[in-house]
Amino acid sequence: MDLTFTKEEEEFRRRLRTWLRETLPKLPAKPPPDQWPARRAYDCAWQRALYDAGYAGLHWPTDAGGQGATPTQHLIFLEETELAGAPYVGANFVGLLHAGPTIAVEGTAEQRARWLPPILRGEEVWCQGFSEPDAGSDLASLRTRAVRDSDAYIVTGSKIWTSHAEVADWCELLVRTDASAPRHRGISWLAMPMDAPGVTVRPLRTLAGSTEFAELFLDEVRIPLSHRVGAENDGWRVTMVTLSYERGTAFVGEVVACRRTLARLARTAKENGRWDDAVLRRRLGRLNAEFGALWRLTQWNVSAAERTSPGGGSAVPGVGGSVFKLRYSEARQELYEAAAEVIGPEALDAGHPWTADRLSALSYTIAAGTSQIQQNIIAERILGLPKGR
Amino acid sequence: MEFQLNDDQRALRTGTRQLLAALFPRERLRAMVDAGGPGGAGGPGGAGRPGGAAVDGASVRELWRELGAAGFFSLRLPEERGGTGLGLPETVLVFEEAGRVLLPGPLVATHLAAGLVEGAAEGRALVTALDRPGPVEHLASADAVLLLDRATLRILRTDPGPDPDPDGDACTAVLPRALRARSVRAVDPTTPLHLVSQLPDDAGAVPGELPDAVRLRREAALLTAALQLGSALRTVEMTVAHVKARSQFGRPVGSFQAVQHLCARMFVRAEIARCSVYAASLTVTFGDVSRAKLLADTAAVRNARDCLQLHGGFGFTWDADVHPHLKRAWVRAAQWQSAAEAEEGLAEELLNEFPAGLSTGPGEVVANVEISSE
Ligand SMILES: Cc1cc2nc3c(=O)[nH]c(=O)nc-3n(C[C@H](O)[C@H](O)[C@H](O)COP(=O)(O)OP(=O)(O)OC[C@H]3O[C@@H](n4cnc5c(N)ncnc54)[C@H](O)[C@@H]3O)c2cc1C
Repeated sequence: MDLTFTKEEEEFRRRLRTWLRETLPKLPAKPPPDQWPARRAYDCAWQRALYDAGYAGLHWPTDAGGQGATPTQHLIFLEETELAGAPYVGANFVGLLHAGPTIAVEGTAEQRARWLPPILRGEEVWCQGFSEPDAGSDLASLRTRAVRDSDAYIVTGSKIWTSHAEVADWCELLVRTDASAPRHRGISWLAMPMDAPGVTVRPLRTLAGSTEFAELFLDEVRIPLSHRVGAENDGWRVTMVTLSYERGTAFVGEVVACRRTLARLARTAKENGRWDDAVLRRRLGRLNAEFGALWRLTQWNVSAAERTSPGGGSAVPGVGGSVFKLRYSEARQELYEAAAEVIGPEALDAGHPWTADRLSALSYTIAAGTSQIQQNIIAERILGLPKGR
Repeated sequence: MEFQLNDDQRALRTGTRQLLAALFPRERLRAMVDAGGPGGAGGPGGAGRPGGAAVDGASVRELWRELGAAGFFSLRLPEERGGTGLGLPETVLVFEEAGRVLLPGPLVATHLAAGLVEGAAEGRALVTALDRPGPVEHLASADAVLLLDRATLRILRTDPGPDPDPDGDACTAVLPRALRARSVRAVDPTTPLHLVSQLPDDAGAVPGELPDAVRLRREAALLTAALQLGSALRTVEMTVAHVKARSQFGRPVGSFQAVQHLCARMFVRAEIARCSVYAASLTVTFGDVSRAKLLADTAAVRNARDCLQLHGGFGFTWDADVHPHLKRAWVRAAQWQSAAEAEEGLAEELLNEFPAGLSTGPGEVVANVEISSE
């Protein structure tokens, strides 16, 4: 066991820090929420800056256009960018954190060459078309169907809760290619261009008032066979790869953000006098323990990944991601509840800077698999309990 | 960064588990628990002997000699002084195993006293400790007490005279009086307790070269957290085994989702405590140790409660192995850093410059808030 970093890792951290210090002041102002084209442009400009500096796809394998960095270097990257207050991955979330890694592992050489470089350069944005109105937790019951027509699939159905659909170029789409097969056996994973004829995007308003996700209506959308990643009807296996990336690594950098937020919260309490409340103080102290522990759990998981794939980040994260996701999503909500206590009645002002985060924290126990589903996974796949109902 | 057990550490863990299975099998634990049970001296309806529960000086002394011979207390002494020369991370792994089997006795204090108190390293001396007024374990049979009062370390010795009473009662005359200690019938049948209301002035203090008391207190909290971690992991295993085997409504109760979800939460609690304890063994910063103690206490207590719940009515009996875990977890949670102290200290840490304790890379400011500063 060792928590110290190698010379190379420290050198990497130092270089990155210097670059961040020089680059961040030159960034344009962040656009206001809900102005999606402006936000897309902002997020993509940041991705381009990372690309030019050699930090794009850091932990992706080199044959996928990545830097082949170790998982530890990737962890340092997430830690340092967050500490420096660098922009969040934003609209590039799906492309960088799960569609891209899935294509890197499961795609053909042509598919990697077609889709990965534009993700890394911040030129193409992806969204995730998994959930359907009647298939959320029970994803394998999805009904959007794809029928073969010579060199293409003709896709009809609908998708829901599709984050950033308004500004996406591509969609990682799950479709049913064999309606007669058992549920898990007739699914395929396709890359769908969002500008294809027959795709309609209808924004959905979230409880925070924003339109960060949307409903997709697919009416005889023509998708070339060459856009299928993995074999036909083998999409469920590919999906498991995508989901384990989503749960396993996609939230890691946010722990650092939460620790920063918590420290700011303590300073706010000190300034406004709420610090004198011992109950509140102890609550903040316990949150410090929780987030510190989640960071240690992250380091533990990253080191485990490094052991299985020393050469780069192509290893698919294990079910351990569910342990992290379950506790992190709750701790994030506890953090913003504590924040409301510190802020007092001002927390009821929708314009207060903390309010949007307090509201968005509510989605964390639902998105990427609900807490109940994570507990099912831990019970059955880690603890080996008999399959339940 | 390689935050995983290395091969030597894995081997140490396996070896310790095998050793403890032979040295302290379930039957031996049960014998101690039952001696304090109904009809036993310290249990419900029992007479209640001085010092509390049923575990007497003689049985702990015997165990101490065996543990001493196995090198349990001299783990961190250098080889030229008869020890094994291991570090804190390895010691934490050994204590985790001790917590798993509920090894009784003042393990942490005697381990810390190795090299300070004559005979502690070999298990010939039984050493207990306290750092403030409150519960102190195995006082009646102790040969010495480490008194870690904020920044100072004092060693109180008992001098039982030429013919020490084998079950240690002769010591009670000296020590509890010096400490104003009152014996209670301890809730944990395997941990005799005194409650100390006030620390002595400096009676019995031994002057000379003594290690840093702040560091020793931190190590004590960390090793106690490791014991709690072992207990928390063990109760997950006990629960999973039980719910797989026990059937109701024609199927294993472990197939019911309400049961599965409680098990999943127990597992997550223990895993989070595990990473915290291991990290603290590497950094030994105030923040990491406080996180480890707080989360391991929570995991041990809550997991034992959930374990009891999922054992149903059997869980509420004396015969189930659940209650010793819960009761011991309560005792450990009250020792060294309490939840209140840890939470207050960690709140204070937030006010220090971020990223306190976040990264162990060079050039980082690592907060060093002391418990005594509150
Ligand atoms: C902010 C946000 C962004 C999202 N972005 C995307 C996206 O980009 N792409 C995409 O495809 N999806 C996205 N989702 C959808 C998300 O993955 C689903 O909402 C989630 O999987 C839950 O499905 P559901 O909403 O249909 O709830 P349901 O499955 O209907 O669940 C309702 C309730 O029942 C519980 N439940 C369901 N099944 C079980 C079970 N077997 N055992 C116990 N309890 C159960 C659930 O935990 C929940 O509490 C997003 C969701 C949110 C909130």
